[in-house]
Amino acid sequence: MTQVNAVRRPANPLDETRDRTPAPPAAAKESAVVVYKGQSYWSNVGRRLRSDPTTVVCGLIVLAIILVSVFAPLIAPMDPYQAKMLGRLAPIGTAGHPLGTDELGRDMLSRLIYGGRISLMMGLTPVGVALAVGGLLGVVAGYAGGWVNMMIMRFMDVFYAFPSIMLAIAISGALGAGIGNGMLALTLVLIPSITRVTESVTTQVRAYDFVDAARATGASTTRVIVTHVLSNVLGPIFIFATSLVSVSIIIASGLSFLGLGVSPPEADWGLMLSTLRQAIYINPMLCALPGIMIFVTSLCFNLMSDGLRSAMDVRL
Amino acid sequence: MTAAARMEKVAIAPDGGALAKSSAQPLLIVRNLRKYFPVKGGLLNRSVAQVKAVDGVSFQVMAGEVLGIVGESGCGKSTTARLLMHLLTPDEGEVIFDGLGLGARDGMTVKELRRNAQMVFQDSYASLNPRLPVEDTIAFGPMVHGLPRAEAKQRARGLLEDVGLAPERFGRRYPHELSGGQRQRINIARALALQPRLVFLDEAVSALDKSVEAQVLNLLVDLKEEFNLTYVFISHDLNVVHYISDRVLVMYLGKVVEVGPVGSVYSRPAHPYTRALLSSQPSMDPDRRKTEPPLSGDPPTPINPPSGCRFRTRCAFAEEICGRVEPPLLGFGDAGAHQSACHMNSAGSGHSLAAPAGTAA
Repeated sequence: MTQVNAVRRPANPLDETRDRTPAPPAAAKESAVVVYKGQSYWSNVGRRLRSDPTTVVCGLIVLAIILVSVFAPLIAPMDPYQAKMLGRLAPIGTAGHPLGTDELGRDMLSRLIYGGRISLMMGLTPVGVALAVGGLLGVVAGYAGGWVNMMIMRFMDVFYAFPSIMLAIAISGALGAGIGNGMLALTLVLIPSITRVTESVTTQVRAYDFVDAARATGASTTRVIVTHVLSNVLGPIFIFATSLVSVSIIIASGLSFLGLGVSPPEADWGLMLSTLRQAIYINPMLCALPGIMIFVTSLCFNLMSDGLRSAMDVRL
Repeated sequence: MTAAARMEKVAIAPDGGALAKSSAQPLLIVRNLRKYFPVKGGLLNRSVAQVKAVDGVSFQVMAGEVLGIVGESGCGKSTTARLLMHLLTPDEGEVIFDGLGLGARDGMTVKELRRNAQMVFQDSYASLNPRLPVEDTIAFGPMVHGLPRAEAKQRARGLLEDVGLAPERFGRRYPHELSGGQRQRINIARALALQPRLVFLDEAVSALDKSVEAQVLNLLVDLKEEFNLTYVFISHDLNVVHYISDRVLVMYLGKVVEVGPVGSVYSRPAHPYTRALLSSQPSMDPDRRKTEPPLSGDPPTPINPPSGCRFRTRCAFAEEICGRVEPPLLGFGDAGAHQSACHMNSAGSGHSLAAPAGTAA
């Protein structure tokens, strides 16, 4: 068995572990060894995101829209509900109304600023709630597998079978108009897709040996999921959720447009688009403004989602 | 008992108490372990057949020894390890660890077993969480068993040192920043973090290149001495198994066909399958190279294994008796320590090459 014995050469030059020279005193070691700080995955992602101009610009735009919406009472030049029957549909650039006035003579700029509050809320809240509910369902379905998976996923498939806009209209139509019901409808519409994405990612992660290794330490299922599964699942779901924000804003606008979301005189981009459409032949530029806001916001969320995906999708 | 005190007990066990106890009885006794995987099919996704992955495997592991398990791909080696770690639930079978029956009354829980036995997986990359610094991966196990975070990290750093990686340089790294050999060292450190007495090494060095494989093997030998470990070493590499093992167990289609001291099995293989397996090793001498394959064909499907002896379809000595009666695992050489499941080695079995009844083989 010469070949076998050859494996164990006592003085193998490649084998650094064999010579266990006594460690130098701690103080000397401290100064000699360069401590490796470790490039954390998330700091890598952050660095890649910052070097991507599209994502940076979109992020700044979204941030600006969010800030303006949050501080709307401080920023808006006029009362968004103050109608002026004499100054209706003033064109863009009118003195005192930089973006003109709407069909009731209300200041467009102020209404767009206030409208952003509701539109963003209708975009972000349902996604956030759906992320929590759908994410939980998806992780449970993906990790447990078997009949638990069957039950959850087949139930989701029922909702999945309807076109999302139709389902949103049906639910909020049944519940009645209003911001709360609109958001509830949107949440219910978004849950199945988030559940499905989470389930498929979790199923993949579940198959890796490191999950088995974690189970083999004797850790509880919850602990294995929290420490080892979630860290690998959250990224992809977060990307997906970001892209859903724009979907949610657009569906919310659609609901308002149909009179199912926000009720007048509340300002909301979708509702503004709806009420201004009668004036489209009189002042088309003015009518387009809420649409442009919806377009820019959802585009920015989509592009941010793309940037996030390419920053996080690294073959490690 | 507090959590810390429990860890303390585990820490002390390998040195004194365990060894004195283990000389009397095997560290691990496995009896009639069985796992059938259902094959789903048909309209209602019903189970239409069963893959008999592990079918009545019994063996013992003595404290302080290395038991090598060899066999072709798909013979149930890895499944056996996963069953013993309860990563898969066995359909049947008894596992006794250090005299305590798993799941028995006054026995051992799965969690206790997992503190005493750990596993190293083949794929060094897939078995490390890519989002966790390796130090945290190692510290996870001790934290699960109640060690405070700081102490667990301390232990992780100590283990990194033990496996030959400087904690300052490697502790905060992520798996993708390490080489294959380094990752496998991390996996070994993780397995040792719970201070186990038994470690299952499932093809632990198979994915490494030869020079790194030698390093890791030597590391395993050193660690075994240092921590009084017992290994179950699963591999398809006969040379590596010969080098590291004290005893070797040969599996074929979910069954044990031969088991014995490594020297005895390698020099006097009793089962035709073991002989074929050993002769399939390439010779280092070009003048003695083999041109004929020692075994022809693929192993039969474990869904519907052959009756009687499972190897008979590929065995040159198969006779009528082999299809009718399943050969039991019988001891013959080395005072019964060397056992094989073949009618040719069983006196009076009815095989033409077997000794007549009543005589010793």
